[in-house]
Amino acid sequence: MSTKITPKQNYELTRQQIGYVDRRLATPEDYRRIGFKSGLEVHQQLATKEKLFCHCPCGVFQKNGDYDAEVIRHMRPAMSELGGYDGTALMEFKTRKNIIYRINNETACTYEVDDTPPFKINPEALEIALKISLLSKLNVVGEVHITRKQYLDGSIPTGFQRTAILGVNGHIQLRNKKVNLIQLSIEEDSCREIADVGHERWYKTDRLGMPLIETVTAPELVTPDELRETAEYIRFLNRSTGLVRTGMGAGREDVNVSCRGGSRVEIKGVAHNKWIPELSHNEAFRQWALLHIRKLLLERTKKEKWQVNHMELDPHEFKFTYLPLVECKEKQHKIIAINIPEFKGFLSHFTQPDQVFADEISQRLKVIACIEKPNMVHSEQEDLTISDHDFATIRTHLNTNNNDAQIIIWGPEEDMETAIETVVERCEMIFDGVPNETRKSFPDGTTIFERVLPGADRMYPDTDSCPIPLSNEYIEKLGKDLPQDISERIELLSKWAVPADAFHFILSKNIFPIIEEICERFKFDPKRVAIFFGHTYKNIVGKQKAHNDFNYRKLIGLFKFIREKGLHINIAKYLLPILFQHPSMEFNSMLTALKFKKRSLDELAAPIDFLAEKYRDIRKTDDKEEAANWIMGQLHKQAIGNIELRDLREIIDKRLQ
Amino acid sequence: MEDLFQGYKGDALETLKKYNVRVWGKTHIVTTRGEFDGTILPRAENDDDQHIVLKIDTGYNIGINITTIKEMKETGYKKANYKVPEKEFPYTEGQPKVKLFGTGGTIASRLDYRTGAVIPAFSPGELYGSVPELADICNLTTEKVFAVFSENMGPQQYISLAIAIGKEIENGVDGIIIAHGTDTLHHTAAALTYMVQNLPVPVVLVGSQRSSDRPSSDAALNLMHSAIAAGHGDIAEVMVCMFGPTSDEYGFLHRGTRVRKMHSSYRSTFRTLGDTPLATVTRKGVKAIKKRYNHRRKDKDVKILPYFEEKVTIVYYYPNMQPDVIDALVDCGYKGIIIAGTGLGHVNKPVYPALKRAVEKGVHIFMTVQTLWGYTHMFVYDTGRDLMAMGVVPLDNMLPEAAYIKLGWALGQTNDRQEVIDIMETPINDETTKREPYNGYLLYQGGVPEVEQFVKNFRK
Repeated sequence: MSTKITPKQNYELTRQQIGYVDRRLATPEDYRRIGFKSGLEVHQQLATKEKLFCHCPCGVFQKNGDYDAEVIRHMRPAMSELGGYDGTALMEFKTRKNIIYRINNETACTYEVDDTPPFKINPEALEIALKISLLSKLNVVGEVHITRKQYLDGSIPTGFQRTAILGVNGHIQLRNKKVNLIQLSIEEDSCREIADVGHERWYKTDRLGMPLIETVTAPELVTPDELRETAEYIRFLNRSTGLVRTGMGAGREDVNVSCRGGSRVEIKGVAHNKWIPELSHNEAFRQWALLHIRKLLLERTKKEKWQVNHMELDPHEFKFTYLPLVECKEKQHKIIAINIPEFKGFLSHFTQPDQVFADEISQRLKVIACIEKPNMVHSEQEDLTISDHDFATIRTHLNTNNNDAQIIIWGPEEDMETAIETVVERCEMIFDGVPNETRKSFPDGTTIFERVLPGADRMYPDTDSCPIPLSNEYIEKLGKDLPQDISERIELLSKWAVPADAFHFILSKNIFPIIEEICERFKFDPKRVAIFFGHTYKNIVGKQKAHNDFNYRKLIGLFKFIREKGLHINIAKYLLPILFQHPSMEFNSMLTALKFKKRSLDELAAPIDFLAEKYRDIRKTDDKEEAANWIMGQLHKQAIGNIELRDLREIIDKRLQ
Repeated sequence: MEDLFQGYKGDALETLKKYNVRVWGKTHIVTTRGEFDGTILPRAENDDDQHIVLKIDTGYNIGINITTIKEMKETGYKKANYKVPEKEFPYTEGQPKVKLFGTGGTIASRLDYRTGAVIPAFSPGELYGSVPELADICNLTTEKVFAVFSENMGPQQYISLAIAIGKEIENGVDGIIIAHGTDTLHHTAAALTYMVQNLPVPVVLVGSQRSSDRPSSDAALNLMHSAIAAGHGDIAEVMVCMFGPTSDEYGFLHRGTRVRKMHSSYRSTFRTLGDTPLATVTRKGVKAIKKRYNHRRKDKDVKILPYFEEKVTIVYYYPNMQPDVIDALVDCGYKGIIIAGTGLGHVNKPVYPALKRAVEKGVHIFMTVQTLWGYTHMFVYDTGRDLMAMGVVPLDNMLPEAAYIKLGWALGQTNDRQEVIDIMETPINDETTKREPYNGYLLYQGGVPEVEQFVKNFRK
């Protein structure tokens, strides 16, 4: 066996060994091979005026530095209703963070900082959430019980989120699959993090307490694309009510992923559905890679036999040149070397694109032991920052074997016990497979460790509030006031022969009811109207910013004008840019701006023969098609708004015969 | 016998019986709103009899309306055991001996299925289980003297506590902590100040504004602060130890007679009125603010004066108060009345005859101010002079609650008019002070730029 690991080569080799494929090249077979399994928790803010449990305004946001006061809190684990402590809770306690909340008087009151008990639940929020529960075919509960869900990261000053289940056991119908929904809950949104450095973490409290719903699917989605389709569907469903918030951060997904033999890992707060496929793909393969390391480790040793040893390094004994290590002398930080037996080749083992197993350790050091990066060097990194000589000395001190790996960490003395524990714990977890955790996502599709995954052990009834009964009459009344299913809308769009690429925009912007209204009131062809929105309107929205007064009602007015004026619908495309920028302008003036004149088919067809003559003088070929194109080009502008262009073309083609 | 249907009554109880399903039974329920699975939980007694509470697999609780139930079947049974992990409190050589008396209240509470709210719970092991840091501060022993919410504390409890404190001091304890609900913490603090005099060790009353079953509870830090004040502090007085600011930063030690709960829910609710607090306390130690206080001593010469007359009341004066209010109190046999008067200590003329009659019947009437800050000054206006002429005695800047407790304590010892007045007018520990320092009244108003600046930069 060769003694030296070449990290890059090892990364490539292990990447191949586990059979990692680029997502663009991945087939359903690849996902079957690794047993890809996933589910979603879709979060959606509701468009209410006030927050869920107090009367602060919703949707007003502040910049990081815009605050009136700061409050400091520490979180301690509290027991769950069933008498247990939650794993995450205990981990968070280990980290001993000073949590600092920034409060702006406009958006937060004493409730947000937990100095006042909750007020009655916002009935507007409850009603929206119940409507969405009914749309999601959930069994709606008879009585709403507010529950406290512990979060010790500080994202909520109480240390728990007030949340309540509204319905269980629902489903949605995708194009080729029925997806089960486990539950839907209404909850208060958390703080937004400002910074997290060492033992301090800052939050702002503007978003805190805004009403949010969470729709949880069963873990039965077996490809990244299915996951994305589900996420889109639920987002469309939520938006179909017209009662939810849109825009940055208004909809966020937590993506639960595992591979065969792996564990549930939650990728938190994915803001864009288009990121989901890459993230879930990489996560499943990360787990597959960890299981590969496990297999190799078990071939070498047993958990019972495996023993890590560590020692403190005296900086005077070594000629460190790596700045963080050099600085330890001055900062009086400790330097610890740890020997990880039988781990050779694992620290540089592929886990995700551009990440190796050593990164998993480093990320935990940051989160659990509060040691900022760079926080370790190890024996399998490309740019070894410790000289071979020093490393050899360290190996001798630690009494290492050839098959071992070494990690060197440093930091304040009081953090080192937790730091050593963190390193050892993460390495030891390899024996058991993939640890349950939540991970933070990046746009490039990779993730980093965030926290240990909390369990059901963190639930506690909210003793500050009473159960809220939901009468049959109330639920029935809400049931009568619902938009149609997204699956029905998709079916109708297909039936109308609207191109599939137009669906997404129509459903995501909840334009479907507008299309229906236009077609019903003014008797237009739904396909044409849908294409107008799904292509033409989408195009302009993507390129320009609308005038503040512009809205969907204006577009309905546009079609009303076209119908009343007896114009052809194809003029809508030309009126739109004017309406978009000048929504208060009269439609007749817009026509004037377009130099529009009312003409009959006969009038428009009259100059064809003359134009055909003219074309003969300037023609380059005898191709009739080209002639027709040229004539069409001459008449096109006058025809818009008067007739179907195809009809004119037919006449031209005929005359040229 | 075990209650199989804990908290259920009426129709809901009948439904459980009909389908033969118990509390803690894992149950499958078919309803007109669909199917539900979970564990039946106890129901709060005050909630209606139309719903059954279910904990579903994801840990959440929901309610099922019994009129929607078509079928119910118990498929298993698992009773939850809600218990704070108990660990024996370790003994460390050289650390001070501190005794903690438990009376109930938010500081040591847990979920109560009967009411659905929190109830007091307390044991030394539980306390150590949840706040292990206490072991680094002192050698703690605990005793549960009662388990009542603070609003249920009264004369009997004050007397038992005073006697218990005396015994502990006799046993050579280095400090005493009293865990107490916060609502009437300042009443108890005043009572103990009068009943336990010449203290050689600190007596620290502590509570919490957020129950200890919450991750952001102030209970743990308050307990640590009180243990430091009781075990290591030099101030041997009856004190209240609660959060200084709302942040987890430091605590205040307030003199038992000058402290008052000033906000219904804030953590920093306790304030010293008309003076500064005695000291601040952090995990590093006690730092005195006041220069003059009673120092810790080695002797055991404490005086226990456990007296209380219950027929004492506070009358909070309001415009157009009718004399019959006072008459009724006299007719009911009240022996002492503290008036919380307006301004400098006033009530309106129509009440005069009733007050006069009361004094003539031997009722002891004293005047305090409902402004809370400031002194009675009954010579300033005729009203005040008239009242004094009728025998109403002003109590300077004594807080109405501290006055009420003191009058009960005084009347427990004597009914002689002059003796009662003497007791009331002789301060035991600053219930009246000769001076009101300029920084004894600081109520800043928001909105003023310099106040906003102060809040932003300093008031965490």
